[in-house]
Amino acid sequence: MSNIQTAPRSRRNTELLLLLLALVVGIGANMLVGLDQDRAFDSDFFTQGVTLVVLVLVVHVVLRLRAKYADPVILPIVTALNGIGLAMIHRLDIATGDSAATRQLFWTGVAIAVVVAVIWLLRDHRVLRRFTYLSLIASAALLIFPLLPFIGMEVNGARIWVNLGFATFQPGEIAKITLAIFFAGYLSTNRDLILLAGRKIGPLQLPRWQDMGPMLAAWLVSIGVLVFQRDLGSSILFFGLFMAMIYVATSRVSWVIIGLLMIAVGGFVAFQLFPHVTARINSWIKAFDPEVYNAIGGSHQIVQGLFGLASGALTGTGLGQGRPDLVTFANSDMIIAALGEELGLIGLSAIVMLYVLLISRGIRAALGSRDAFGKLLATGLSFTLALQCFVVIGGVTRLIPLTGLTTPFLAAGGSSLLANWLIVALLLLISDAARRPTMTGPANGSRSPGDRPGRRSKSDERNTGSTEVIQP
Amino acid sequence: MNQAIRNTWIVALAMFALLFGSLTVVQFFEAENLNANPWNSRTIYKDFDKNRGAILVDGDPIAESVPSDDEFAYQRVYNEPELYAPITGFYSLVYASTQMESAMNDQLSGSGDEFFYEQIMQMFSGGQVEGASVELTLDAELQQLAWDLMPDGVKGSIVVMEPDTGNILAMVSKPSFDPNELAGHNTEEVTQNMAGLEEVPGLSPFINPANESLLAPGSVFKLVIASAALESGKYDADSKLDNPPALKLPGTNVELPNYVNGGCAARTTADFSFALEQSCNTPFAQIAMDLGEDAIAEQTAKFGYGESYQIPTHVTASRFPTGMSDDLLAQSAIGQYDVRVTPLQVAMTSAAIANDGVLMKPNLVRTVRAPDLRVMDSPKPEELRRSLSADNAKLIQDWMVNVVDRGIGGRAAIPGVEVAGKTGTAELMAGEEGNNSWFTGFAPADDPKAVVSVVFEDVDVATGSSLASTSAKQLLEAVLNK
Repeated sequence: MSNIQTAPRSRRNTELLLLLLALVVGIGANMLVGLDQDRAFDSDFFTQGVTLVVLVLVVHVVLRLRAKYADPVILPIVTALNGIGLAMIHRLDIATGDSAATRQLFWTGVAIAVVVAVIWLLRDHRVLRRFTYLSLIASAALLIFPLLPFIGMEVNGARIWVNLGFATFQPGEIAKITLAIFFAGYLSTNRDLILLAGRKIGPLQLPRWQDMGPMLAAWLVSIGVLVFQRDLGSSILFFGLFMAMIYVATSRVSWVIIGLLMIAVGGFVAFQLFPHVTARINSWIKAFDPEVYNAIGGSHQIVQGLFGLASGALTGTGLGQGRPDLVTFANSDMIIAALGEELGLIGLSAIVMLYVLLISRGIRAALGSRDAFGKLLATGLSFTLALQCFVVIGGVTRLIPLTGLTTPFLAAGGSSLLANWLIVALLLLISDAARRPTMTGPANGSRSPGDRPGRRSKSDERNTGSTEVIQP
Repeated sequence: MNQAIRNTWIVALAMFALLFGSLTVVQFFEAENLNANPWNSRTIYKDFDKNRGAILVDGDPIAESVPSDDEFAYQRVYNEPELYAPITGFYSLVYASTQMESAMNDQLSGSGDEFFYEQIMQMFSGGQVEGASVELTLDAELQQLAWDLMPDGVKGSIVVMEPDTGNILAMVSKPSFDPNELAGHNTEEVTQNMAGLEEVPGLSPFINPANESLLAPGSVFKLVIASAALESGKYDADSKLDNPPALKLPGTNVELPNYVNGGCAARTTADFSFALEQSCNTPFAQIAMDLGEDAIAEQTAKFGYGESYQIPTHVTASRFPTGMSDDLLAQSAIGQYDVRVTPLQVAMTSAAIANDGVLMKPNLVRTVRAPDLRVMDSPKPEELRRSLSADNAKLIQDWMVNVVDRGIGGRAAIPGVEVAGKTGTAELMAGEEGNNSWFTGFAPADDPKAVVSVVFEDVDVATGSSLASTSAKQLLEAVLNK
């Protein structure tokens, strides 16, 4: 066990302080948007500000009651990101006459309600381990929904949407969580078997064919998403998630190499066979070729995004002063370009730094976690966030081909917001379990003074349940 | 397992390191290139949100930005649009900007280096840099008079310039257009309007014909030959010139005649004054062949041929052909064959003669004034070079006075004032009716206040020469009455 043994402190007051700072950032940004458009302090501003404050304070209070040892930095970071996202979406609404910010606020509310429910009802992430195979079935169902007639919808060529009647939803966003739960459950149970069996060829320890099953399954899911849903981004995300988790479970680089080879082959075949993949790659490599630029579905969007980033330069135009609305999908796929234009390289770097911190806190929770399931789940979820940032920001800056993924917490889109807040809920729970004082020795042993009597029996119960901790 | 988790974290950090790298490349190292990309409408959009400075004539705005309630903060508006269109150009979302709007963009938009302080302040305050206003050298009354002197439906240009400063007082071309039609923010409408303008015969909305159209000069080019002759030292005021009614061009069966009904037939030998007064062709053709192509080319260069200028709008280089055989050289001497000049170049030639041989750089900008009314720039008169000696210039001045006094430029005469002038008629196509009718001159001859260059394109000889000379007279009269 590598967690540092210090006297456990809940640090909820630290969280409250950071939370206030995060709210100042988010609401301050929204205020600047209004000021620059000569419409400061309109009703939108107050509704958005007050709602955001109430929502995150509710999460804070629930954490105080139910998961008081949860990492104090995660919630403030996510609040800041969500607030900045709302401000930029509101700013783009003013330019385009849309009301995406109101929808985003609604979905923030929904997401936080779900977060509260998860923290309150689940209490311990290890419960999820019981649902390993249920998660697999759920993942399959979520990925198949959009392909079904009547409820499935195709938007901009990708068939990843479900029409719920009152709203549309991308089940694939939730599927990355259920898949992570499945992988974590499956790998934590079977890792010994996977590790011990297998042939050795040179320095590479190759797995047995039957142990390749889940990897092939993951590969097939990724390829299936690419072929049937035409969603390159999610395909990369699912496969990356699985690779990270199997590496953490086995510590075998050979798996990663096999995985990378499979993705290279799959990617090359996809490039040859599927026009939507070919188009993406062309828009990336030949973005400034007039033919590609002017083609429908060509590089116009990415090039306009680059122009936006470039016009922001080092210091940005200032919120409300640029023309981020010139880029298509400015408030969702391209919100990074919009933020880069108005906040500049400096502002955008600060935002990206928030992601680095968030992911590091997630990894910290994984390191501190006392059970393999928690370690795997926290690493998988954190790595998903990192990979998503990489695919989106890398795509916008033309480091890699642009795919249709959304920036976590910033981009307009209910499904993505809900899914990412769910990830946060799980990371909070895992970090709570990791940082909670261990109850070893007699049951009447000293408890930390902050522990409430009402929680005792349950936390004891959980601690006895942690005998299955697997030491690395 | 924890080591693997740490390694995963390192991979995540490496991905973010790549992201920071690519963001820095796009937003810092490549930013300038991306901002300059012609597909980048942002630069234009940014400019269209600015309070762009006005272009002024005699203190009144001929182009200004007024607050607009559409998607841009300001709308560019042209007052007296047709009168000034070739000078202001237009400022368009679709067709970019032209002429003064383009040449003075740094000042008008406030983006030039001289706005460094304002730009720094704007970075902190978040406000917009306001552009400077540009006051032109033009004289509103002369400009209007020049416009009125050109009949509608005729293609032509008029330039009025101060010979001692190079300041342009009037610059008019017809047909003209309304730049407001191209400055609208509705791109579809603007595209349609442009299509309509391109249908207008003789109109190109992108150019200022007085500076950028190249025309055959006809006999006004004889001023250059006379200058070359005097400057060579081989000829002087007393030189006797052969003046046969027609000259058989060497190596051809073509005869180059004097104008049949003109006064040239009266003498078979002439001096410079007579040859210019009656605009005889044969003496000048012989001088050209005698001096040779190089000497004449050198003289054209001294008058400014072969060079383009920014005044600050673009002036196309006038040209004198090279590598000609003697027969072509003879035709060039009377401003035919491939000699091509801008109306401004003709004014510059007269200006150098009027200014005792010194050629001043033409100029359209009087002052550039910051929004706080501070004068940021006021161009000083700039000497380009000496085109010919003062003595030779004075000789040609006298001969040009004779052209108006007792020669074929009589219609330009103003009672009580010595007017110097030279007419020109260039055949556009052998055997066809269309001619370019020119008049260039200045007054008063001993202390010129203004030179004029008038050209009517593709007109018949009688109407053209009468229009050109009388227009010049009225313009010079107006200048003298000021």
